[in-house]
Amino acid sequence: MQRLVVFLPVAVFAALVGLMISLLTDAERNDDLTRLPSPLVGKPAPEITLPAINATIPGGFSTADLKGQVSLVNVFASWCVPCLVEHPNIARIAELGTPVYGINHRDKPEAADTWLRRHGNPYTAVGADLDARASIEWGVTGVPETFIINANGVVTYKHVGPITQDAMDNKILPKLREAAGG
Amino acid sequence: MIAEIGQFVLILTLVLAAVQATLPLWGAARGDAALMALADRTAIGQAAMLLIAFAALTYGFVTSDFSLAVVYQNSHSLKPMLYKISGVWGNHEGSMLLWILVLALFSAAVALFGPNLPPSLKARVLAVQAMVGLGFLAFIIFTSNPFARLSPTPLDGTGLNPLLQDPGLAFHPPLLYLGYVGFSMAFSFAVAALIEGKVDAAWARWVRPWTLAAWTFLTAGIALGSWWAYYELGWGGWWFWDPVENASFIPWLFGTALLHSAIIVEKRDALKSWTILLAIITFSMSLLGTFLVRSGVLTSVHAFAVDPERGVFILGILILTIGSALTLFAIRAPGMKGGGLFAPVSREGALVANNMLLTVAAGTVLLGTLYPLILEGLSGGATKVSVGPPFFNATFGPIMVPLVMMMAVGPLLAWKRGNLKTVAPKLVPAAIATVLAIVVTFALVPDGPVLAPFAMGLAAWLAAGTLAEWAGRIKLFIVPLADSWRRLAGMPRSASGMTLAHLGLAIMIVGITGSSAWRVELVTTLAPGQSADGAGYTVTLAEVTRGRGPNYNYERGLLKISDKGREITTLTAERRFFPVANQTTTEAGIHTTILADLYGVIGEPGRTPETANAWTVRFFVNPLVPWIWLGAMVMVFGGSLSLTDRRHRVGAPRRGRTTAAAQPLTAAAE
Repeated sequence: MQRLVVFLPVAVFAALVGLMISLLTDAERNDDLTRLPSPLVGKPAPEITLPAINATIPGGFSTADLKGQVSLVNVFASWCVPCLVEHPNIARIAELGTPVYGINHRDKPEAADTWLRRHGNPYTAVGADLDARASIEWGVTGVPETFIINANGVVTYKHVGPITQDAMDNKILPKLREAAGG
Repeated sequence: MIAEIGQFVLILTLVLAAVQATLPLWGAARGDAALMALADRTAIGQAAMLLIAFAALTYGFVTSDFSLAVVYQNSHSLKPMLYKISGVWGNHEGSMLLWILVLALFSAAVALFGPNLPPSLKARVLAVQAMVGLGFLAFIIFTSNPFARLSPTPLDGTGLNPLLQDPGLAFHPPLLYLGYVGFSMAFSFAVAALIEGKVDAAWARWVRPWTLAAWTFLTAGIALGSWWAYYELGWGGWWFWDPVENASFIPWLFGTALLHSAIIVEKRDALKSWTILLAIITFSMSLLGTFLVRSGVLTSVHAFAVDPERGVFILGILILTIGSALTLFAIRAPGMKGGGLFAPVSREGALVANNMLLTVAAGTVLLGTLYPLILEGLSGGATKVSVGPPFFNATFGPIMVPLVMMMAVGPLLAWKRGNLKTVAPKLVPAAIATVLAIVVTFALVPDGPVLAPFAMGLAAWLAAGTLAEWAGRIKLFIVPLADSWRRLAGMPRSASGMTLAHLGLAIMIVGITGSSAWRVELVTTLAPGQSADGAGYTVTLAEVTRGRGPNYNYERGLLKISDKGREITTLTAERRFFPVANQTTTEAGIHTTILADLYGVIGEPGRTPETANAWTVRFFVNPLVPWIWLGAMVMVFGGSLSLTDRRHRVGAPRRGRTTAAAQPLTAAAE
């Protein structure tokens, strides 16, 4: 009996090692799975029509506006701190020539207006989504989220969370190129 | 040039470690004294080499040599000098270097202070230490080279994580490493004993001071870390059961168990295989903890996979070190026969129960920490959960209650065969203190959580029980005071150390109870000049000034705290923005009295024009929270005092007269 008991620690440790190996080798698979999968990817972008925030911020757009060229749809809010973090990257994407549409999620129009004035407005058009209807249509789980739509109006990629530098270089920019090529 | 010297000595150390890991073992097996003695010199040599390497890296940071990749990534020319230096270990490569430096320093200490050790045991201990060191040296040199150069040289660095730019955290990692790595001594002694096939009282006596030293450092390190979290994170809390904290707490729990079980090996020559196993587990947990955290596997699978080479290497080291030690244990442990017998009700019995409870507690924390990982591994990453404070509070607390209750009783029990009937009268004062504490607490705070008065009673029980044992030892009020004083002066320091460490825990329980049961907070938005009432005080945001620190901009809010018109204090709370890292930190303003902390932080100003001049102000009254760190300090002091005990310095008696000869001298020591 004791002969077996003394092997218990080593057995537990072996199980732990097995677990870590599986975590390590599955890293690539995990990479896709841990991002919340979106059933939207590969499907036409859901139909929405959003009004402008106010008269001064360009906006109001509908899904039909997204067709014709690769575009980015970014769900943001002035109260969302990570949105501020990714804001420079959104601006860069716009500078690089991709039109960026903003879904202004559950935000006070005045607050959104101030925020865009203070931090710059890179959006081609901003739609006010006061009751989060559009976000629900698009299966948004939190702010910020970003979608890439190809020229045919099909969602090709969904990014959850802020576009950090790393996500920008390794995910968004390659996926944008991919969407343009395909 | 200096960096190249560092690089060169690192490789030299690798060679020395390879020699030390093999030849002395061979010498010990053949009884070759010259080969065994080699280990001393290589151990000292390794420590010297690594000191040079560490100095070289420090030089790189101090002179802001941005041609070094680590300096570029973790430092900035504007950073204050203290943080340039702490930047050396504020990153992966540098902290690994510090890790092996500490390992080598411990080995060198054995070589220097261990002339009493049997030569074969010493040679084997040092060889095992060198094997561990070899793995990590290879890891550093092949995957995490701190001396890697950048070309072209960047103009300035990218800065240290601003959260780490804090005096508390500057010294937190070195202390923690002294604790973590200190447990390597217990590990090496355990493995060496398994190779020798011999564990006796002398072995236990050798292991104890090292374990005690590591435990003391780890206690200090954890306490410093929680203090930092308390004033820097600005949430008013001091322990969050976060995986990084747990990674240091698990080895602490196992180390505490080891500290106590080694006593039984020393006194009764029993519980040997358990103690060996604990020694192995304690260090394994340090390894697992350090590297699960370092590699980021606990927080996110991605960080680990970013550099698969490092992940695989670490895993390889873990498999070799822990796996081979546990396998060796499985082969050798059945051969170890315990000598002494003892009754269930005895000091030994109490220590065994202590071990069981501590192990269960450590296992619980480990499970809670690893559970999200296990689930994620089993489901292929599809299921993500997090295990938070509710789990730990619900499981860890109840395990601690019987442990603390027994801590008061255990030291009063006689060795070998105790008698509860003789102990019971000694516990009367403790019982009275307990009831008194419960009643008084309930009378003072009748509307608080129901369990809080009982927690205070538990603390009183432990404190009074510990003091009763101490009073009994010096026969306080039984013999004349002068005699008691003489007894106190003659008391073994390890005994005083235990009294202090246990008292420290009682003090800490008071602090934990007070701060978690009766904390009140006020969250409001204030413009300068405005006041708000709450948490029993009036909080006035007197003014907010903006300014520039060495490498940050700050908003500094002065919070005037008054109680019914009587001014109490002014708290200075800061929000610091670090442009290089694009990150904001909070510095809490804290006014501390022995009974409570008044704790204030300011948040972001409003974002709309109308609210831009108003700040979120959070104000906490944290009752008794200083007692947590006071308790930790008393524990650390107890550990240190115990370390200076004469018998630790005298060391173990030589082989041959190990078991019984030294007993009478120390019989009263624990």
